[in-house]
Amino acid sequence: MRITQGAFSFLPDLTDEQIAKQIQYCIDKGWAVNIEFTDDPHPRNTYWEMWGMPMFDVKDAAGVLFELNECRKTYGGRNYIRVTAFDSTHTWESVRLSFITDRPAEEPGFALDRQEVDGRNVRYTTRSYAAMSRPEGARY
Amino acid sequence: MTTTALETKTAEKKRDRYSAGVMEYRKMGYWQPDYEPKDTDVIALFRVTPQDGVDPIEASAAVAGESSTATWTVVWTDRLTACDKYRAKCYRVDPVPNTPGSWFAYIAYDLDLFENGSIANLSASIIGNVFGFKPLKALRLEDMRLPVAYVKTFDGPATGIVVERERLDKFGRPLLGATVKPKLGLSGRNYGRVVYEALKGGLDFTKDDENINSQPFMHWRERFLYCMEAVNKAQAATGEVKGTYLNVTAGTMEDMYERAEFAKQLGSNIIMIDLVIGYTAIQSMSKWARRNDMILHLHRAGHSTYTRQKSHGVSFRVITKWMRLAGVDHIHAGTVVGKLEGDPYTTKGYYDLCREDFVPQNLAHGIFFDQPWASTRKLMPVASGGIHAGQMHQLIDLLGEDVVLQFGGGTIGHPMGIQAGAQANRVALEAMIFARNEGRDILSEGPEILKAAARHCMPLKQALDTWKDVTFNYTSTDTPDFVPQVTAAE
Repeated sequence: MRITQGAFSFLPDLTDEQIAKQIQYCIDKGWAVNIEFTDDPHPRNTYWEMWGMPMFDVKDAAGVLFELNECRKTYGGRNYIRVTAFDSTHTWESVRLSFITDRPAEEPGFALDRQEVDGRNVRYTTRSYAAMSRPEGARY
Repeated sequence: MTTTALETKTAEKKRDRYSAGVMEYRKMGYWQPDYEPKDTDVIALFRVTPQDGVDPIEASAAVAGESSTATWTVVWTDRLTACDKYRAKCYRVDPVPNTPGSWFAYIAYDLDLFENGSIANLSASIIGNVFGFKPLKALRLEDMRLPVAYVKTFDGPATGIVVERERLDKFGRPLLGATVKPKLGLSGRNYGRVVYEALKGGLDFTKDDENINSQPFMHWRERFLYCMEAVNKAQAATGEVKGTYLNVTAGTMEDMYERAEFAKQLGSNIIMIDLVIGYTAIQSMSKWARRNDMILHLHRAGHSTYTRQKSHGVSFRVITKWMRLAGVDHIHAGTVVGKLEGDPYTTKGYYDLCREDFVPQNLAHGIFFDQPWASTRKLMPVASGGIHAGQMHQLIDLLGEDVVLQFGGGTIGHPMGIQAGAQANRVALEAMIFARNEGRDILSEGPEILKAAARHCMPLKQALDTWKDVTFNYTSTDTPDFVPQVTAAE
C-alpha cells in the first residue's frame, strides 16, 4: 500500500527539482523548513524524528535539499522522510505545509484490530505492520 | 446663560421629554447625529425600507428604539434608570446606492445592554421585535461591529482551523469531503459502504446531510456504528486520519448529548449539528465539543429563508459572526461556482470573517465595519453544493486553502464508482496546490494543469469528461451595494 499522508501523496513521486520548488515556496513565505523521518508512519505518530532543527535562516532551497540528501544517505529506502514548514505568524504558529519526499522500498501498511465490546460496539486500534514485529530502527 | 438658568432649561426639557403621550422616536433620544460610537459599543447596520410617507430618520430612530429601550409611548419609569446610556443611538442614515426608498441606518448599542457570551440575548435584542414593526415595509440586518470587549466574552470555535489541521495531520491544502447520497433511504450498512469507499479513495471527510437524523430506514445508532467501522477501515487502508461528520441533531438537548456521547465513545473525531437547532443549543454543543476534543461541524440548514433576499432579514455575514462567537468549527459559507446562491465578493467577505484575525472594512465585499477577532480561533469555511473536480482551479483561486471542499455528487456520481470519484478529486486538488506553489497562474492554466494530472489518473480524466460542461450561471440576489471605484493613477 502507499500511505497518503502529506499534501502530495496522490501525485507521482516528486523529483528533486519539484521538491526544491515547493521548499522555495515555503521559504519565500517566511516559513522555517525542517526534515523529519520515521520507521513508524502510524497516522497518530505525530513526532517523527527531526533531522536537525528547522532551518530558520536558510534562504535557498538548495540548502534544505543538501540536508535532505544527507538524511537520505542514512535513512533513504528504509524510512519515510517528509519536509515540514512552520509558520510563526500570530494566530497560526504551526505547520503550514508538509509532504513526503521518500518512502521505504516496501510499505506494508496497517492492521485494524477490532475488540468487540458491549452491544454492537467495537474498539478500533490501528497498528503498523512494520512496528508490530520489530523494534525501532530495524523495521524496514 | 447662568448655571441656574441652564439647569432650569435642562429640567424643563426633561419634563417635556417625559410628559405622558406619544412622541416621535427621533425626539426621544434615539436619533443622535452627533454621537461618536465608543470602542465598546456594539454597532448594527440596518437596511431600512420605511412605509410610504414615513421619514427615513424617524424610521431609523424607531429601529434604534424598538431594538433597545423604547415602547410605543413615553413611560415615566425611564426616569428611574440611566436611560441615556441604555437607549440605542441611531447616529447616521445614508441612502442605499441605486435603491430609492431604502436607507442604511447605523445604530450604536451600549455594551451593558447585552449578556456576556449569549447569542440568544444579542439576537433577541437586535432582531427580536423590530422586524415586524408596522411603519417599516422591510428591514435587514446587514452587518454588526462586535467590540473586542464583547468578543472576549465568548469561547469561540471549540477547535479552530489550526488545531483541526494538527489533529488531522493535514496541512497546506484544502480538506476534501463529500455528503453521502442519496441523503435519505440508505440503511446503516449501505450508508457505511459509501463512507468507506469515499474515504479509502482519498477524501478526508464524509458527511451526513442536514436531514439525516434518526428515521425509520436508518436509526442513528446504526449509522454511527457502521460509519465508524468505515472510518477506521479507511484509516488503516491509507495510513491517514479520516473522519465522518455524525449529525447529532435531534428533538431535544438530551437526545443530542446522548448521540454526541456515543460518537465520542466510538472514537469519532467530528460531530455535526444543524443551524435550525437554535443559537443556545449550538453554544451548548460547542461547550460539549470543547470538553470532549471534538470538531463541531455546522450545517447552515434554513438560513436562506432569511439571508437571501436583500430587502428583509439577516445577512449571512452576521450569522457568520454569530457562529464564530458561538463556537462552531466548520460552517457552510458558499462556493460561488456551485449550485447555491453566492456572489463572489459577498462570499469572500464571509470567508474573511471566518478565517482572519482582523477583518478591515471593505464595502465591495459587504463588510461595513472593521472587525477585530482578538485571537478568537478561526472557523473553517465549507464549500458544498454542485461543485466538481473540473472547477478545482477556480475554487482554490476564490476560496484559498483553508476550506473544506465537498464534492458529493462529484464523488458518488463518478462513472467508475465512489473510490474513483474520490481519487479524481484528490488528485485534482493536490495537482492544483502543487502548481500554485510552483508559481503557476492556476486561474488561467487550470484546465491544462488538470489535463496533465489526468494523464497519470484515469478517474480524473473520466471526471473531467463527465462534468466538463456543468455550470450554474445564475444572477445572485445577495450582492454588495458598493462597487470598487477605479481611480485614475496620479
